[in-house]
Amino acid sequence: MIEQLQKDFYNSIKNLSLSQKDIELKKFCLDNFIDKGFPNKKEEDWKFSDLNQIIKNNIGELSFYNDQASTNKVDTSIFVDGLEHNKIVFINGRIEKIDFEYEKKDQIEIIDQSETINEFENSNSLSDLNNAFTNKCFKILVKKGYQLAKPLIIYHTTNSKIWSKNINLRLNFELDKDSSLRLIDFFNDASEKNFLNIFYNFELKENAVLKNYKVDKFENKNIKYSFNNIDQDKNSISETFILSSGSNFSKNEINCNLNGVYASAFVNGVFSLNNDKHHEIRSIINHLTENTKSYQLIKSVLEQSSKAVYQGKIFVNSDAQKTDGYQLSKAILLNKESEFNAKPELEIYADDVKCSHGSASGSLNEDSIFYLMSRGLSYQQSRELLINGFLLDVVEKITDSEIKNLIKNMLGIKE
Amino acid sequence: MDNRQKEINNLKDYKYGFSTDIENIQAPKGLNEDVIKFISNIKKEPAWMLEFRLKAFERFKVLKEPDWQKPKFPKIDYQDLYYYSAPKSMKDKPKSLDELDPKLLETYKKLGIPLQEQARLNGIAVDAVFDSVSVATTFKDELTKQGIIFCPISEAIQNHPELVKKYLGSVIPTSDHFFATLNSAVFTDGSFVYIPEGVRCPMELSTYFRINASNTGQFERTLIIADKGSYVSYLEGCTAPMRDENQLHAANVELVALDDAEIKYSTVQNWYPGDQDGKGGIYNFVTKRGLCKGKNSKISWTQVETGSAITWKYPSCILKGDNSVGEFYSIAITNNHQKADTGTKMIHLGKNTKSKIISKGISAGSSDMTYRGLVDISSKAKNSTNYTQCDSLLMGNKCGAHTVPYIKNKNSESNIAHEATTSKISEEQLHYCQQRGLNPEEAVGLIVNGFCKEVLQQLPMEFAVEAQKLVGISLEGSVG
Repeated sequence: MIEQLQKDFYNSIKNLSLSQKDIELKKFCLDNFIDKGFPNKKEEDWKFSDLNQIIKNNIGELSFYNDQASTNKVDTSIFVDGLEHNKIVFINGRIEKIDFEYEKKDQIEIIDQSETINEFENSNSLSDLNNAFTNKCFKILVKKGYQLAKPLIIYHTTNSKIWSKNINLRLNFELDKDSSLRLIDFFNDASEKNFLNIFYNFELKENAVLKNYKVDKFENKNIKYSFNNIDQDKNSISETFILSSGSNFSKNEINCNLNGVYASAFVNGVFSLNNDKHHEIRSIINHLTENTKSYQLIKSVLEQSSKAVYQGKIFVNSDAQKTDGYQLSKAILLNKESEFNAKPELEIYADDVKCSHGSASGSLNEDSIFYLMSRGLSYQQSRELLINGFLLDVVEKITDSEIKNLIKNMLGIKE
Repeated sequence: MDNRQKEINNLKDYKYGFSTDIENIQAPKGLNEDVIKFISNIKKEPAWMLEFRLKAFERFKVLKEPDWQKPKFPKIDYQDLYYYSAPKSMKDKPKSLDELDPKLLETYKKLGIPLQEQARLNGIAVDAVFDSVSVATTFKDELTKQGIIFCPISEAIQNHPELVKKYLGSVIPTSDHFFATLNSAVFTDGSFVYIPEGVRCPMELSTYFRINASNTGQFERTLIIADKGSYVSYLEGCTAPMRDENQLHAANVELVALDDAEIKYSTVQNWYPGDQDGKGGIYNFVTKRGLCKGKNSKISWTQVETGSAITWKYPSCILKGDNSVGEFYSIAITNNHQKADTGTKMIHLGKNTKSKIISKGISAGSSDMTYRGLVDISSKAKNSTNYTQCDSLLMGNKCGAHTVPYIKNKNSESNIAHEATTSKISEEQLHYCQQRGLNPEEAVGLIVNGFCKEVLQQLPMEFAVEAQKLVGISLEGSVG
């Protein structure tokens, strides 16, 4: 793999106009990655999901070079209907379109940050891989007091041109004081057996509101990793919703730093898995100052031999008095082959706090099914009703009604 | 000053901190095959036992000291320890208590352990372990009548080799982790209990561990076997003198419960915790594991952990027999600079197995406490359930309380429920108590005892009273 990495690396930087210093930086990141390799289960955070092994079994040898010279045609049929929205379109990891047609042009700035590299706390070797191979990186700055009229949908699409490839992409967002952004990540893959490695960095200033919805619904054989770093200032709110369903393997990581007083973070997630899919959500909420709040709710429905993992950590610094942290994960295992693993973790250094977590897993309640069947529903209908009700709980947490309806439709949940 | 206050003042300092000036026989310093042979030789062990030890030592040489735990400690130099230390008067084992060195009797009297049977209050059979040897076992005759074997493990190796051979290392094999393997190589003494089929042990069995010599590691090994349909309740208590250096205590405890048998194992651990600045104290790195081997068997762990500079242990249950039950009740209290990383493992292998975990952690001062636990329901353990509750209480903003549960469910017919909370003593509760005339310290004591009640209830009577007092004392000076 090392030879392939180095060869692809030099091919990649050849096409870019980088200064010697930038090349050095990228080279440094590459060496770091070569040193550490893909994360494996020897690392505590990857205990339940051995990425190294998963890539080996599902893809085999990866190649890292992506031809960014030729453009791809944007297929408009993939766009979400019935919801006016701004668009960013990635095809095979290349930005093909940035379109803020519904917004005031002077309120949003798009800055090229390709030469910078990102360093995150609580990250891993994939961040080095990402830094070494991303060739275009933009920062989207929402200016002071501006609230986007329409949501922004980022389409992550891949087409059948790529195979056994590693795709790295990176975006930075800055939400200035009193601004707000609704962001949907929409995955649509026509390719198979690729490894997507996505890093987002969000900077939320005072009173800023970020709502990020990640929707991975369509069946595909790709492996996905996504890391969100969120830094939050005073009074800011971040809401993250993850619908984890389509890919063969997917791991979403959220690292959220509550730096300002009264900042709050919400992480909600739904795993709806079948076959032998293996998905994971790992969240780290760092309460770094007083009067901050976090709330997490994760629900899973697991069929066949699928496997879901939830690792959630609430960290409370000794200065972070009056913290309110809550975490709940629930799973329904529908098949004897399915598996649910959880590691809900609390690390607390302040005494005046209210922190709790709960985790429960088990089968569908036979009594409830009996109740519904005795009222005339078929077994199948009762089962669906119970599962929908179980998941609806999380979907109802979405604070944006337009997007809530969109996701309900996608999940086929009716009220 | 009322009585309670007096009592507290009396106990404020670690009252077991004295050391006994007694002549010792020690093994040469360091760890090597010769030392192991020395231990085996002095204990007049058969060849298979020495083989067991050397096999463990071979394995130990390739193992690395684990470093994933939360409390970090300076590297231990395993060559700078004495692995065997025994009072000289024990060289030729005394036949009865009358022949026992009066100094030893004095020590146990000071500790409040009744070795002389006539001095008994409550009819508990005691095996007292002083550094590396067991000095006395009481009530032997009465137990023998029922066919119960309760003796030092070194005696059991000689008198009941068939039982020891069969079960020693069956729960904690010689190839286990670093400290367990070290223990397998150099263990010195400990208790051995065998309850025959269908016998309900008429009294509580108890072992009292005392570290006396300095620079000595204590490596005791306890093996308890409950044959079909039997029941035993076993208690364990520990103390050590105050010394500036850290002392290592790495014990192994193995429990085996056969069909329909029940073992109840209670620990009140009060090793010397170090002084207020965190100097000295015991490193308590203990491996405790119970195997529910037979159908309908039950193992229940109860622990009150108040001592030790670092406590690092996970009493576990392997639920292998169908319908077997594992329970874990724990109170861990850390104050000053104490650190604890404790919890349990419940491994469900058999059908219809049940486990319950209640853990209460209290941290005060600059201490740090971690609950770390594993619940693993395998795909064969159909219809199994687990319930876990771990609550932490924090006093002051210099301490830490952490919860790290690992939950694995590989079975759609099993249920796992886990809850954890972290909070401080509420102002309202404190106010309510103080309004009724309690001073702040008493109020905290009352509330903390209420917080721990669920676990304290599980202890045998005599222990519960002692434990309750210990809870109050350990938190002394942490209020306000």
